[in-house]
Amino acid sequence: MARVPAIAVWVRNLLFAGLALLAVLVGQVLLWRAPLEKADATSLPAQDPEVLAVAREVDAAFSEAWSAAGETPAPSAEDLTVLRRLSLALFGTVPSFEEIRLARQIPSERRIDWWLERAFRDQRFGDYVAERFVRVCAGTEAGPFLVFRRRRFVEWWSEQLRRNRPYDDVVRSLISSTGSWTTEPETNFVTREVVSKTGPDEARLAARVSRAFLGIRLDCVECHDDFLEGKWEQEDFHQLAAFFREASMVVTGLSDSGKGDYKVRMRGAPEERAVGEAVPFGPEWLPAEGRLRARLATWVTHPQNVSFSRTAVNRVWALLCGEPLIVPVDCVPLDDNVPAGLDLLARDFVAHGYDLQRLIRVIAKTGVFRRSSEPGKVEASSSWARFPVTRLRPEQLARSLHQASSLTTVDASSHILLRLQLEGETRDFVKRFGDRGVDEFESATATVPQRLLLMNGKLVREHTRENIIANAATRIGALARDDFSAVEAAFLAVLTRAPSPPELEHFVGLLRGSKGGERARRMGDLYWGLFNSTEFSWNH
Amino acid sequence: MESLIGPKFSRRRILPGLSVLGDVLALGAEQRLRPARHLILLWLEGAPSQLETFDPHAGRAIAHGSTDIVTSAAGVRIGSGLAQTAEVMHQFTLVRSMVTREGDHERAVFNMKTGYRPNPALLHPAIGAIFCHELPHSPLEIPTHISILPNRWPARGGFLGGGFDAFQLGDPQNPLPDMRASVSGDRESRRMAGLSVIEEAFVRGQTGLEAKTLHRTNLDRARRMMSSEQLRAFNVAEEPAAIRAAYGDTPFGRGCLAARRLVEVGVPCVEVTLDGWDTHVNNHELQAARIQILDPALATLIRDLQQRDLLDRTVVFCGGEFGRTPRLNAVEGRDHWPRGFSIALAGGGFGKGRVHGETDPAGTAPEPASPVRVEDLHATLLTSLGVDPAREVRTPVGRPLQLSEGRVIGELLAGR
Repeated sequence: MARVPAIAVWVRNLLFAGLALLAVLVGQVLLWRAPLEKADATSLPAQDPEVLAVAREVDAAFSEAWSAAGETPAPSAEDLTVLRRLSLALFGTVPSFEEIRLARQIPSERRIDWWLERAFRDQRFGDYVAERFVRVCAGTEAGPFLVFRRRRFVEWWSEQLRRNRPYDDVVRSLISSTGSWTTEPETNFVTREVVSKTGPDEARLAARVSRAFLGIRLDCVECHDDFLEGKWEQEDFHQLAAFFREASMVVTGLSDSGKGDYKVRMRGAPEERAVGEAVPFGPEWLPAEGRLRARLATWVTHPQNVSFSRTAVNRVWALLCGEPLIVPVDCVPLDDNVPAGLDLLARDFVAHGYDLQRLIRVIAKTGVFRRSSEPGKVEASSSWARFPVTRLRPEQLARSLHQASSLTTVDASSHILLRLQLEGETRDFVKRFGDRGVDEFESATATVPQRLLLMNGKLVREHTRENIIANAATRIGALARDDFSAVEAAFLAVLTRAPSPPELEHFVGLLRGSKGGERARRMGDLYWGLFNSTEFSWNH
Repeated sequence: MESLIGPKFSRRRILPGLSVLGDVLALGAEQRLRPARHLILLWLEGAPSQLETFDPHAGRAIAHGSTDIVTSAAGVRIGSGLAQTAEVMHQFTLVRSMVTREGDHERAVFNMKTGYRPNPALLHPAIGAIFCHELPHSPLEIPTHISILPNRWPARGGFLGGGFDAFQLGDPQNPLPDMRASVSGDRESRRMAGLSVIEEAFVRGQTGLEAKTLHRTNLDRARRMMSSEQLRAFNVAEEPAAIRAAYGDTPFGRGCLAARRLVEVGVPCVEVTLDGWDTHVNNHELQAARIQILDPALATLIRDLQQRDLLDRTVVFCGGEFGRTPRLNAVEGRDHWPRGFSIALAGGGFGKGRVHGETDPAGTAPEPASPVRVEDLHATLLTSLGVDPAREVRTPVGRPLQLSEGRVIGELLAGR
């Protein structure tokens, strides 16, 4: 076979690279000039009157509370602001420029409904919300290497969420399933707490169950009775833990073959004693027979167990709004001293088969969720008269930085290299930024090193430099019709809003007359300012 | 973080406080009057073998051929790989009887760094974060809590807040991360001007937004830090070549040198990590390679601090999350051993040339003599730093919690 000269190989490679670059540029121009997808509101299902009715009931409950407190609610937020909230909550990122352009084609009154229905079909919804639930179920640590598969557990959660499997059924699986942690990924909830060859730690599982699903910090009485409020005793906690005494590890995985009595040395007692299983309240909901974990799972998810439904609603509310209705999120009262609207949502959640997607629809439909965060005459947000301003989580910041640097949506249909880049960048950013761990909804201020990371860190540096292929800043500068539309596009892509007149004036002035590399650099500087603004780092 | 500070008087505070008070009162006057002001933590992540480092049982079966050497501390012998450290052993207190209830790396590192066992509901702060939290407001322009060569689990602020997380950097010979603006001159001014316009639009009318976010405040502090003279402390290249060589031409050696420089400018807590100690196979060979890096760095750090009159004001901790089994496994490795391992402590108020505790030469006893629990070590470290371990802070949910629930081991401190 004749040998091809090296020069010819190089020429061919360069030609190929040039054509690829040209194809990308043409694609971007096409994207810019005409939407890739036609948004269609006519295919939307009609509004569910029941969803609307519950949302109005919730609104009425809040209105009553505001009137009683003499508070005036803030005006409604812009649609795009609401869309940003939902995108951050369900995808962990700001909406893409492409999504914003599509949403703007939909009439305002159906825009959010349209977006939500798309979201539930999007792989990103399952994947991101799954991550948030796994944090609740398994913490943020790596866990026991041999018997805990975090990735599999997240994938399993994602599938349940996208299938919209009833939440009570999901929780029953988590608490009571048996088998291998790789083929039955739901068992990872229990195997996460394996500390020895014999099986999982009963006390840690009791703590997880009580906090994650009952909204009770029963583990506070693991070592002594509740001296402060006198509500719980040490015995309550260990009786709950005793439901896990059968859980053990065998060759095939997690089993309920038992590992003997659950023994504890109670405070002040001279030695250990066996503790039997019992529930801290509602004993009538506990089945008399069956495997211990299965009985506990039935009791936890019993329709009359309001702590289960309230805790679920409180957590989903917090996912959507950045703050729970009841703070902290895993400390929900058993009595009726709960905020306006919580029980309305909880009852609806139970009555409609623990349908998580419906719960999200209802909350997103409320006027409370759509209040502006701007103060108007309202100073406090504790009564939800204005939407709370909360800090973005580190992975939301990283994903948003990445998304805002692409004009198209980065999702499951994106090129594998782009998705790998997103995962890699997010992991590195979160590692440096720091993850608050179990303080899921803690809204502390950022630190100076975190600010430095946003000002000078690799992620922002990479996404603000001149790069016609990888960075939206450069592409917008090169492809926008004029300076006005370039500035508007940058604001929409990063902050999900159009620029105000002073902003427009300033940045159009910045771009005026610039060309080539200089224009790319000025667009990079505009992007840097947007990435470093308060508005970008906070949900509002 | 005013809200985190517990009440001055409470039942929870007074009862445990009494026992600690007894210990503290029993200390020498000098110790009580001069608490250390700095903490350097040399984290040997992966768990070093006590038998090849600070607790050799040369000639016994469990040594499996490892040998020992005499040291400058009377009657104290350590692993033969630590020849330079042996020359400064008179400055150390060795604890050969550490015990932990954690045998998994992640959990044990958390336990050793925080003094508490992992809790799914509460992220406890690392000791460096506690120390910084308890100090008065620092005039430093650079971070007060620093982690050099952080591995998977750098020191965290836990429930005290992200502000107490350790600032992380890699090999000090590389540029400091995130500290240099990627543009300069006109472009930097242009960026700041643009940012001001965007901030103005968002902040307008939002009462208390800056108080909540501290966005502008942190931005200003970040810019001050970027141009601070104190950043030079990170630059080990300013040191004479002989000093750099003495610490060893390794990232860890440079990390220890940077730690000394940072302590000199007033940084309260620096941790430097040397990982790679998890020797489940070829224990002797792999431990020796790590020891070769540790030895010059540790010995030179102690000498350097002593020569600069900083050792009395600086506590140096050297150790890992647990120890390694007395017996070699089938592939000549040592596995995890939480039932009697060693740490080395120097400076501050710690005793000099002492050994505390003793492990079984046969390697079969369930517990060492005079065991020291992780929480006791923490209570003792905090005391040496002038921090009352029984002081209570409030967790984010208002639960009062002692800085440490351990007992001060007075025997480790110089006054006893």
